[in-house]
Amino acid sequence: MGIFTKTAEFFKDRLGKTRDKISSSLSSVLTLGRNIDEALLDKLEETLISDDIGIETTDKLITELRAAYRSRRIATTDDIVPFLKEHIKNYWPARDRQLRLAASGPSVILVAGVNGSGKTTSIAKLAYILSRNGKKVIVAACDTFRAAAVEQLSIWAERIGVQIIKHKTGSDPAAVAFDACEAAVARAADFLILDTAGRLHTQKDLMRQLTKIRNVVTGKIADAPNEVLLILDATTGQNAIVQAKMFTEAIDVTGIFLAKLDGTARGGIVIAIKDQLDIPVKFVGLGEKPEDIAEFDPDTFVEALFD
Amino acid sequence: MFESLTEKFNAVFKSLSGRGRITEANVSDAMRDVRKALLEADVSYNVVKKFCKDVSEAAIGAEVIKSLHPGQLLIKIVNDELTKLMGPVDSNIYFVSPGPTVIMLAGLQGCGKTTTAAKLGKYLVAKGKRPLLVADDLQRPAAIEQLIILGQQADIDVYSEDSKNSVKVAKRAVTHAQKNGYDVVVLDTAGRLHIDEDMMTEISNVAKAVEPHQIYLVCDSMTGQDAVNSAKEFNERLELDGVILTKLDGDARGGAALSVKAVTGKPIKFIGVGEKLDKLEEFHPDRMAGRILGMGDVVTLVEKAQEQFDAEEAEKLQRKMAKGSFGFDDFLKQTKAIKKMGGMKDMLKMMPGLGGKLGDMDFDDGQLKQIEAIAHSMTPRERREPDIIDSSRRRRIAAGSGTQPNDVSGLVKTFRRSRDMMKALSGGSFGGLKSLFSGGFNMDTLTAAMSAGRKIKQRSKRKRKIIRRGKIKRR
Repeated sequence: MGIFTKTAEFFKDRLGKTRDKISSSLSSVLTLGRNIDEALLDKLEETLISDDIGIETTDKLITELRAAYRSRRIATTDDIVPFLKEHIKNYWPARDRQLRLAASGPSVILVAGVNGSGKTTSIAKLAYILSRNGKKVIVAACDTFRAAAVEQLSIWAERIGVQIIKHKTGSDPAAVAFDACEAAVARAADFLILDTAGRLHTQKDLMRQLTKIRNVVTGKIADAPNEVLLILDATTGQNAIVQAKMFTEAIDVTGIFLAKLDGTARGGIVIAIKDQLDIPVKFVGLGEKPEDIAEFDPDTFVEALFD
Repeated sequence: MFESLTEKFNAVFKSLSGRGRITEANVSDAMRDVRKALLEADVSYNVVKKFCKDVSEAAIGAEVIKSLHPGQLLIKIVNDELTKLMGPVDSNIYFVSPGPTVIMLAGLQGCGKTTTAAKLGKYLVAKGKRPLLVADDLQRPAAIEQLIILGQQADIDVYSEDSKNSVKVAKRAVTHAQKNGYDVVVLDTAGRLHIDEDMMTEISNVAKAVEPHQIYLVCDSMTGQDAVNSAKEFNERLELDGVILTKLDGDARGGAALSVKAVTGKPIKFIGVGEKLDKLEEFHPDRMAGRILGMGDVVTLVEKAQEQFDAEEAEKLQRKMAKGSFGFDDFLKQTKAIKKMGGMKDMLKMMPGLGGKLGDMDFDDGQLKQIEAIAHSMTPRERREPDIIDSSRRRRIAAGSGTQPNDVSGLVKTFRRSRDMMKALSGGSFGGLKSLFSGGFNMDTLTAAMSAGRKIKQRSKRKRKIIRRGKIKRR
């Protein structure tokens, strides 16, 4: 959509910081012209699992690699990493990664995730980048549960200069969503971004509450929410798969915002999520400042898995 | 195919020897399952690798009772080892005198430091302390407000300042606590990435300034493979004293617990199990092991089978005791069982009708070995019917066991006496026991007289070796 220009470079720049020796040990076995053997596949497995890709998807990738080797699509160790990179990149075609917009009226983005995944900060980033590109953005503080969550979003709204709809802590989050939808339409906003309270996907009541918020939004604005983003902490391990599954059941997640990708974690679990649940990654968070956001770029992401 | 082969092999092996042992071949399937389970639980790849290697090496040779598959026993062993690795439990907070005791929390963004600070405060109040929470997260918007609100909810005082200097805030907070008679200071800090050099320097400066008595790493139980990287870095920069594992009320298997313990060696002190402020619990390694491995059904099965096995053996033995037909064979079986069950004292407590009646009787398990050596040098018939042992047999047994003939006769005499004692006990007449003991059933004098300082011969040594191999050394 042209809003996230130059983000691929930014993404690249923020990634690839200090990392464990894992990757170097991979390159040590990938010596020139060496034949593909079990020791090498073991090392490869270690690399993939250390990226949190998970044992199931790792097994699948290695099986595909073996098949490619048998059918002579790859011949030497030099071909392995390029083969896997290409293979993984294809998980996310470009059309999958675009932000879904409303045909007319405000585009509504509903944001959810487990506690501490980075929802409020990620929303600030989205609001910042959209408003900087001339869009009128309203954020809604539907996290009425956590202490000072409303204040946290209010501070961000003020800093980046977007409007906020909020109620008191402890009030009904669905009511905040209702008011926010009305305001977005009345004020002719381009985007409405709804923050929700962090919840573990195992908390059935809270997941039902989330469904209710979604229903309220759909009731107020046809076809909304246009985008339902699950905020996923890049350090999360295999539990992310269940999270994605349960949140999708509750609010039909359309994309993932992979937060905190500026650390040493590579967020490989999104490969398993795409593979098993077909949910694409749309954005990545790369720092604590509002501008530390980039559109998800499979090339950069995959390079980092093997660098 | 392979599985059925293994099973056949096991069946043959079992029928030959009466019971199986764990071998590399017969547990390889189970080991693969264990490995997969641990990786799925997010235990670090390298930690899994080392753990699996150590456990399989140590488990080889362990005896498998008839009703079990070696793989099942292996899983039980793995479970026990995981428990050991994550232990020992140490939920103590070490308070200093004079106070205040300063506790600092550190961790990545969103791991749950602020909530944990309030929970810890509440826990301290319950322990009779007067804590002060300090809002030293000056980075995240509204982090201070959040702690103030949580403090109000828990009725705990919160120290905060409108400042950008976390070192100064921490220092003044501690001074404030000293002046106002708080026992404990709980320092909440900003979440930070372990590779953020500026922020890591900042937190070590805070630590240098206030010299916390305890520094805890707060770790999200949903963390994946990266847990080792961050924990290692925080530990190197801050010298952690313990770990608090959060968000365990979810369904994450929590392999990070094992990874963090493995790389830092620091005990897991508490776990967070809910958003409410009383949801802080002490850590239980056994529960965590079960959660990470996720094979509780197999573990329970093995435990039950072992109990059953022990119960059957005990019953057989009791029948023999009642009849007075208890021989040295039974004795040897028992010594084995005694070792397995943790010693003579425990074993006697388990005997039907005996629990508690023995009071403070002392038994030295080490002396059993010498008696074992003698028993092993007997023929099967001699073991069954010790009464046939004459002077010629005595000499042979003594030579075979590296003891003196009078040691052998001493043992046989004592053995007869104890057989009578058991018969009496099984009959329920407790009075018999006392008279027997006063008559001199005393293992100390017996074994001392028998073979003071003498070597135990080869056979016994080999036996001990096997027993030792069955055990798993702690790392």
